[in-house]
Amino acid sequence: MISIDLILFFIASSLVVGGGFLVVTVKNIVYAAFALLVAMLGTAGIFLLAFADFLALVQILIYGGAVVVVILFALMLTRLEDFKGLTDNSQKPLAVLVSLTVLTIMLYAIVATAMPTSQGDAISMIDLGVSLFQDWAIPFEVASLVLLVALIGAVVLVRQDEEGR
Amino acid sequence: MTIIHFQFLSAILFSLGLYGVLARRSAVLILMSIELMLNAVNINLIGFVAFRGFGQEIQTFGQVLIIFVITIAAAELALAIAIILRIYRNKNSVNVDEMNILKG
Repeated sequence: MISIDLILFFIASSLVVGGGFLVVTVKNIVYAAFALLVAMLGTAGIFLLAFADFLALVQILIYGGAVVVVILFALMLTRLEDFKGLTDNSQKPLAVLVSLTVLTIMLYAIVATAMPTSQGDAISMIDLGVSLFQDWAIPFEVASLVLLVALIGAVVLVRQDEEGR
Repeated sequence: MTIIHFQFLSAILFSLGLYGVLARRSAVLILMSIELMLNAVNINLIGFVAFRGFGQEIQTFGQVLIIFVITIAAAELALAIAIILRIYRNKNSVNVDEMNILKG
């Protein structure tokens, strides 16, 4: 008998795998960006099924919102008509071989390692916030500094120079 | 629903991302594939966090760890997009096959 959460897991994981497959195979690059959105929302569903409601929210906000929009802007700022011939390069058979080998090794390792599993249980969002701002306050601030440096660096990199280059 | 489901999903998604990085020619598509691989790591992590039978404290730590992974991924994406735009402005192309000026 298949439980309801397993059915929901299979729905969410088919969204993730289907979206990911379209991202790496589809010819039109804008469709690939929207397939990435589908995969990210499926991942948010996986997070919900693993009792991580805050992470699901963060996933939808950051990946579903910010990341896909930033990628679409990058596509808009570079020339779209160039992408027609830019999808796959000549090392495609080698890439299939390498990724299938890695997949086989990982699946074999997963099956060969007996991993004791238990009933999942949820932690409250309040506990997560208390832990984030008390036990991990300094790494949190360092992460904000990393984001600040990355954003300033991005602005400096794409800024137009005086001579217009 | 056990850990092994999460592990299988994570392995499949990671291999898809690896294929995309190796076989795609546009820098933006390679970036998207890297995001897929980061998501595979997060799925693996959340599977272990929720279904391994850890205590409350370690479970909270695991979720905090995933928040940090997402933060670093966002920072990496911003920088990578900036570099891609810069390369596009200099070379008028985002084809990674043409980026061979370091070739000896």
